[in-house]
Parts: sequence; structure tokens; C-alpha cells
Amino acid sequence: MIRLFANANYDFIKWRRWAFGLTGAIMLVGLAALATRGLNYSIEFTGGTLVQFELAHKTPTANLRAALDNEGLTGADVYNFGSDTSYVVRARLGGAAAAGEAGTQEVADAVAKALDQSVGPGQYHIARREAVGPKVGRELQGKALMAILLSFLVTMIYLAIRFEWRFGLAAVIATAHDVVATLAFISIMHLEVSLIVVGAVLTVVGYSLNDTIIIFDRVRENLKKYRRQNLYEILNLSINETLPRSVLTHGTTIATTMALLVLAGEVIRPFAWVMSFGIFTGTFSSIYIAAPVLLWIEKRWPGQDARGARTFGTRAPAGTQPFAPPSPPAPAAPTSSPSPRTPQPAR
Amino acid sequence: MGKIRQRLLGIGILVVLSIVALIPRNVTMRVPDAVTGRMKDTTVRRVPIKLGLDLQGGIHLALEVDESKGPVPDCADAIQRAEKVVRTRIDEFGTTEPVVQIQGRCRLIVELAGEKDPARAKGVIQRTAFLEFRITDMKNTFRDALPAIDAALRRAGMKSRTTAPSAVTQLFGDTSKAQREDTADANAPGVLSSLLFQGQLPGEFLVPEEQWPLVDSLVARPDVRAAMPRGIELRWGAASESRGARAFRALYAVDSRPIITGEELVKANARRDQVTNQSIVTFQLSRRGGRKFGQETARHVGDYMAIILDGRVQGQPPVIRSQISTNGQIELGAKPLQEASDLALVLRAGALPAPLTIVDERAISATLGADSIKDGIRAGVVGVVLVIVIMIGYYRMAGALAVAALTLYCLFTLAGLAAFGFTLTLPGLAGFVLSIGIAVDANVLIFERIREELVHGKSLRLAVEDGFLHAMNAIIDSNVSTALTALILYAVGTGPVQGFAITLIIGIAASMISAISVVKTMFLIWLHRRPDMVTLSI
Repeated sequence: MIRLFANANYDFIKWRRWAFGLTGAIMLVGLAALATRGLNYSIEFTGGTLVQFELAHKTPTANLRAALDNEGLTGADVYNFGSDTSYVVRARLGGAAAAGEAGTQEVADAVAKALDQSVGPGQYHIARREAVGPKVGRELQGKALMAILLSFLVTMIYLAIRFEWRFGLAAVIATAHDVVATLAFISIMHLEVSLIVVGAVLTVVGYSLNDTIIIFDRVRENLKKYRRQNLYEILNLSINETLPRSVLTHGTTIATTMALLVLAGEVIRPFAWVMSFGIFTGTFSSIYIAAPVLLWIEKRWPGQDARGARTFGTRAPAGTQPFAPPSPPAPAAPTSSPSPRTPQPAR
Repeated sequence: MGKIRQRLLGIGILVVLSIVALIPRNVTMRVPDAVTGRMKDTTVRRVPIKLGLDLQGGIHLALEVDESKGPVPDCADAIQRAEKVVRTRIDEFGTTEPVVQIQGRCRLIVELAGEKDPARAKGVIQRTAFLEFRITDMKNTFRDALPAIDAALRRAGMKSRTTAPSAVTQLFGDTSKAQREDTADANAPGVLSSLLFQGQLPGEFLVPEEQWPLVDSLVARPDVRAAMPRGIELRWGAASESRGARAFRALYAVDSRPIITGEELVKANARRDQVTNQSIVTFQLSRRGGRKFGQETARHVGDYMAIILDGRVQGQPPVIRSQISTNGQIELGAKPLQEASDLALVLRAGALPAPLTIVDERAISATLGADSIKDGIRAGVVGVVLVIVIMIGYYRMAGALAVAALTLYCLFTLAGLAAFGFTLTLPGLAGFVLSIGIAVDANVLIFERIREELVHGKSLRLAVEDGFLHAMNAIIDSNVSTALTALILYAVGTGPVQGFAITLIIGIAASMISAISVVKTMFLIWLHRRPDMVTLSI
């Protein structure tokens, strides 16, 4: 039997300050990018027009650009989409005077006219055409924001019911960290923020919470089981015990998101990027944000353990032996050694 | 053993139900007939999973009442009536399984799958199709009011741009001379009257095509409207007409009261006139409408009658030679027959209560949709293979059981989509692929737990029992939290994103069943078959 990280005994919590520093640095870069460049919103949110077309022959972007300028679409973006012959023209409402006063429908028609003139009728095929009015864009913006806030509220309530409020707060702070880190990532990568990407952010929220819950569930259990250990040790123990599961589950999830990223096409790619990053940050935050924050919350507002007996210590008690799980001690390095308790070596 | 049999029975029932839900079946669809172009019902045999527009191609439209030309008092009521009209039109239009539904209060969603001509579809949906018949200004009251209108414009500080009527005026006979005299009376050429040339029949005026926007803005002015004679309105011609070398647009002064409207219309058909080779739409009025029309036309024999569609006069108003009762026709000139049959279609379906404007349009070609399906399936296959390799490589026999459960998971999820009639979209497909990676999480939790119990020295049977039991808390909590975010996404999302949320929710339910009960049953059978087993291949 292969066992990764079996009987691991790393002191994760010790590195919390380094972890805070690292994630803080990433977020600073991301927020700086956010402040200077802003987010690259799709026309779903800004209102505007998008036309995706396939050309029969390769045509330089400059020619297309010139044809669009001719039609008065000077503010529209033209970019390659996936392959050499596939292009997207995007004109946002209220952007750099993309279409002047013309409506979104007129812009789409103007793009077709520009193509007729530059590459000739029949030499192109319109694959996708979207025209979103300003009202719909504003509505979707509101909806996306509400969805994220609502998901926080609902999961916090659920966690408060299932766990103690301290756990719920720590989990929500860790998840908020993930949302900010993901936004920073989106901003650094300059990914287009569409409804699907908002969906990915919400899925990251769910996934990260899921991961935090697995660890907290173990903490809750270990608190009942090892009543003489302090919270610092129990957090470390719980993270170590759930480490094999984390490695396996993240492995399978990364495998599927990578498949989506590489193979599922251009439309899904931003979604797959956000999901891939979200899996990393979700895993990181469960260990390095949620657990230390829980420790900190316990220090500020000391609670009582499951049996109401005592407040938790926050540091390994001096003079006592470092805590080891009751299973036989094993090397701390990642191993695949058979456990000595198993009666026979596995096949 | 009885326990195992019960579990197997339960799983068997679920599997059979899922397969039944997915069996290709005959689905009734309305498709256009290849020969006549009319809609007919056909049955098609296919797997009953609805594909979203982004996968099969098509057009999605969100429409609202157009309030750019004045507010509409009750948009909810207008949209409800518009929905009925649009549904009737779409039903005849010729797409399979169209969606027409009201979203929120004042928005109408129309989805046409596989539609190849979005422009034509939009035209049919958006056309108000308000038909009315009005008698032209037989007494020339508008022409007589022109000096007063010119005076009103002069007071407002407007100046004529053309100093004298052009030579073309003479083309139009005596009446134009009279008009010129009118303008001469006022010492300076009138602002409006200098732009209008009297047409061939009473109430008809011609405006040079390039002056059309200017004149249109002039007649829309409030001071001009105030100076208009009572009971008379102005309507533009539908198309420009050329006289000599110049293009003109006709402007008609018509009675403000229509003698009849399209509400009384019961039949409309398009055809091409054999003699003139014109496209025409013939119509028939209801008995009540016919009676009214008969009375009115009897009173107006010798008068000219303008046929006005959506505020534009169609063709030159014909003279009423005798009483007309129930049948009539609209001439469309050299327009293609397709346009005539679309007009007949919208006239049959009735007029929209108010003009509609498109606030959101998504059109995706069928080829792009097919590419998306291909790419999505390829990513899915690769993802699944990777998951299988990881699971079997790490957990051996137990991993193989989990993989077997995974096939049931896929079956359950697809069956859930089919059974509840949800739509599979491109993000939904991505969500499905992603959920395969997440679905094994429950198994991973259980297997790790069993391993721990074994390490603690428990017997095989007890370790399996406790492993499932102790992993349950974590599985339920984590799945519920994911389901909650998916539910929110469904509640606030639209179209494709809802598809994503739905596959996620169904996937969570399916994974709870497959990863927990199915795998546990397999474990029980395994242990039952091999009572002598001392180590678990996990």
C-alpha cells in the first residue's frame, strides 16, 4: 500500500507568520494591479458588443483594425481567440467611446459591414454575437456582487450551526482571503471577468470552505479525544492527519481542472485558470489562514472545549514532551513505508 | 447477507431508473417542412438531455418594452400580452423547441435553437405589426395649414435653407404651383413648405430623400404639432421612391382616426402576383370587421385609403372604387416573397401591444457549439482517465471500487439532468468535468479513515464500519457547504451559469449516493466473499 504523508508530523502552525507574509505580498501585488489596471470586465457586466468570427484565410490584425476604424469602431478591441483565423471584436459601452452613441445592435452590424469590406462576404463566418444593453449589464453586476456576499452569509450561518462560531469566523476569514487572492490573480493574469468566472470564484469559495471544514471537523473530533493537548498541538495534529486526504483530493481535482485548462477550449479557459488557482489558494488558506486565525480567535476570546472544562492554551506548554499522535512514530519526511501495526505487508 | 441484498436492490432500482431516464426516446418536435416551409410535428429519436444554446447553437434574446418614444404605463401587462403574440409568431416561424418566457416583471426571453438567420428572427419578433387603414387628407386641410406652420417655425427662429422651390417641383403638376403661391404670399419661402412637394393625390407630399431627417425633426416639434389641423396626422411612406434622377420619400396627411385596424384580421397569406410580379399579402377580415369596413368604404368611395403598418404607409394609397367588405391586399412591390410571408405571419399572429427593444442578444453558431461539445468531452475523458489512474494507483482494489462507483456517478448525474429536464450548457459541461475530480473526495475521506482505523489495530470489518461512520460528518458538512454556494449561484445566475450550478448540485447528490452507499455495498460484498481476508487492498 502506498501511503503519502502517513504519520506526518510537521509543525505547520509554526510557519504562520511566514505564510501571512507570503500571501500578503501576493495580495499587495494583486491589489496594486487591481488599483492601476482594474478588472477586465466582459461585456456582460459593462454592456456592449462582442462578435467572434472565423476567417477563411489568415488576415493580419492590422487590416481588420483598419476596416473597423473605417466603420467608426475606433475604440473596439480586436484580438485573436484561440486559433490564427479566429478573432474577437469587443466594444464596451462607455469604454473609450467605442461606438459613440450607437446601440449595441448597430455595433454588431457595423462589424459585419467592416468584415464584408475587408475580407469580403462569404470569407468569414460569425461564430458568436453578443449585444448586451447597459441596463442588463448593471443588473448582472449587482447580481454577481450579491451572489458572493450571499454565499458568505449563508455559509457563515451554516458553519455557526454545525460548528462553534469561532470556527465559522475563522473559516469565513480564510475564504475571504481566497476571494481576495483570486481577484488578485485575475487582475495579475488580466483574465476577462465574465459570469462564468464569477461562477468559478463562487466554486472556489465552496471548495475552499470544503477543505477548511475537513480540517476543522478533525479538530473538533481531536478536541474531544485528546483533552490534555492544547489547541496549537491539536491544530497541527489535525492538519497532519488530514494531509493524505488533501494530497489525494487536490490531486484529482487539479487533474480535472488541468484537463479543462488545456483541452476544453477558449471559452472555458478563464474559468479553468481561476479554478486551478483557487484549488491552490483554497488548500493554502485552510492550513495557513484558517487554523492560525482560529488560534488567534481563541486567544482573544477564549472559549471552552467540548466538555466545558478549560480554555485552550495557544503554545506548546514548556517542559512537556512535544505532542505526538498515538500511532507509532514515523519519520517526518514523506514516506511510503508500511505501517508496523499492519499484520502483514500489503500486497 | 440480507442487508447486502437490500442495498443491492436499492442500487439496482436507481440504476434502472437512471437508464430509463437516458434511453433514447421519441421526442416530438415542431420542425419546418422541407417542401412547404410550414411547421409540422415530427418525432425524433434521441437521448433526452436538453443542450443549451451555447452547445447546439442558436439565438437568445431578452426584450423589453421600448420606452425611448415615451413611457409605457404598465410594462408588466404589455409584456404579458406581447408574450402571447411572440409565442404565436415563433410557433409558426420554424425552429425546434423554442423558449418564450417572461423573466422578472417586464422582460421577455426568447430562445431559438439552431437558428441560422438571427436577423430575420429578430425582425419577426420585434415587428410591432400594427396594421391600420386611414383615409388621406381629402380636403387638403394640411396644405391649407402650411402657412400657419411656417409662421410658427419662423417665430421659433427657423430659417429656410432653400431659397426657392427647385425645378423638380414642376414635375408634379398644378397643385405644386398653388403651393408655390402659398409660400410666395409669406414674402419668404416657408421653412417647411419649401421642403414639401405636392404629390399626385390629395394629402400626399414628397420630400427629397436627403431632407427626410430634417423634415422629420421639423414635424415632430411641439409648435408644429400645435399648428396642425384638427383630426389630421402625418405618416411617412415605407420606402423611398425615385422620380427622375432623385429619390423622394412620401409624406402623407391622413385622418387621425383609422377606419379599421389589424385586430379584425383573421387570415393573411403571401403570394406573388402573376401579372405585375409583385409580392403581395392578401388578408381576410372577421365578420364584424368586414361589416365595419364595408360601411366605412361605402362612405368613402372615391377617396384614397392609406394602408399603414407600424406607422409607415405601405405603397401608394389606392382609391376606393366601391364598397370593400372582408378581403383586401397589401402590395409590397419588388420585395422578396420571404418578406411578404414574414409579414403575413406577423399579421396573423396579431400586433404587439407596444414596440419591443432588444436589451440582450446572444447568438452562437451551431459549429461553435459542436466544437465546444467536442472539446468538453475530450477534456472530460482525459480528466476521468487521470482520476482513474490516481485512484487505482493509490488505493488499488478499493480505488477500483471507487472508480466503478464513479461510472455510476456519471450515470446518475446525466440521468438527473434528463429526468428533471435541466439544460446542459458549456459551463455545465465544465462543472461536470470538475465535479468528477471532486466526487472522489468522499471516497478519499472514507479510505483514509479506514486506513487510520487499520493502523489503530482494528479488525478489517470494524475498520471498514468505523471508517465509513467517522468520515460521514466531514463528508456531509463539506458537501452541504458546496451545495449552498451552488444554490446561490443558481438563484442569482442566468442561463449558462445556472446550468453550471445545476450540474454541480445534481453532481453533489449523485456523489453522495455513489461514493457512500454504492462503495459501502461493494465493500460489504467484498468482505462477505472473502471472510478469510486479513489485509485490505486499500
